[in-house]
Amino acid sequence: MTQDQAHYNRKEKWQKRNWALQRDIEIELARQLIAGEPAAFDRFVEYFHAKIFHYSWLMCGQREDAEEVAQETLLKVFENTEQLREPQKIRSWVFRIAKNACLMKRRKSIFAPSRELSLDEFMPAKNRDGDQVRIEIADWSLLPEGEVMRSEMRELLERAIRELPETYRAVILLRDMEELSTQETAQILEVSDDVVKTRLHRARLAIRQKLDQYLRGHGVEGEAKQHGTAPAR
Amino acid sequence: MEPHQHDEKCKEVFTLLSDYLNLELPPEACQEIEAHITGCQPCIDFAESLRKTVDLCRRYRPAELPTPLGRQAKTQLLEAYARMLAARGGK
Repeated sequence: MTQDQAHYNRKEKWQKRNWALQRDIEIELARQLIAGEPAAFDRFVEYFHAKIFHYSWLMCGQREDAEEVAQETLLKVFENTEQLREPQKIRSWVFRIAKNACLMKRRKSIFAPSRELSLDEFMPAKNRDGDQVRIEIADWSLLPEGEVMRSEMRELLERAIRELPETYRAVILLRDMEELSTQETAQILEVSDDVVKTRLHRARLAIRQKLDQYLRGHGVEGEAKQHGTAPAR
Repeated sequence: MEPHQHDEKCKEVFTLLSDYLNLELPPEACQEIEAHITGCQPCIDFAESLRKTVDLCRRYRPAELPTPLGRQAKTQLLEAYARMLAARGGK
């Protein structure tokens, strides 16, 4: 295992613990909501309103649509709380309602055209230098770990997410932004686990490619570099 | 040392990288990937760039915030919640 991967695994485990804590809060909130506890209503709105809005805004593309979707979703949640039999499914239940509300609001003209992303599009260009095979890639080490996201990077990321075809965008928002599991995302989007995995990988690759182009063009501080020590066959 | 199976193995790693980063691969597949990556700088660099992409996506939140719910909207939600509780209590 490489040092980077060991570090990543530790970070992944820490994130999972953090995620579990957040889930506990949500489950308790769902229990209180189901039980009709007076304070639960305000806490639920406070907790989920922005989350639903962010998802809807990135899916629908327009602020006014996202505002409406967020309100419609909350309305459906409160009208149908009795249908939530398992509090531990609160997040996936809420996002399933939000996903359906977004579909109703869909305005095709503002979406990237629906198309399949193929893996080949994202293979980094390769070239040969003597007995070395190199790939063209930016120097990502210049991107500091855990850096507060600069507005330029945020805008770039936002644009990259928005430019994804809708089916891929939905997966990356639910899996990486909302940190729902593969199974939960599959249930929300009514596709198989394998489809979620495939779309997630391609969505990440598409975003990686855009960020790589940016880093090579502007760099965090430096220029593009070519990596690689693999001897050519 | 065996010749470096660059293209074939790199493509396999490229295909499985998200599953690997998500810890969703069986241990044998992880070991295979790690065995390859250790000796392949292009794969290390590519994996690192994808890992950072995932990290950015997880930390990203739009700067846009929703307009706080107005009194009328909140009343509508509260009434819906109250109706649901009343209907459930009446069953």
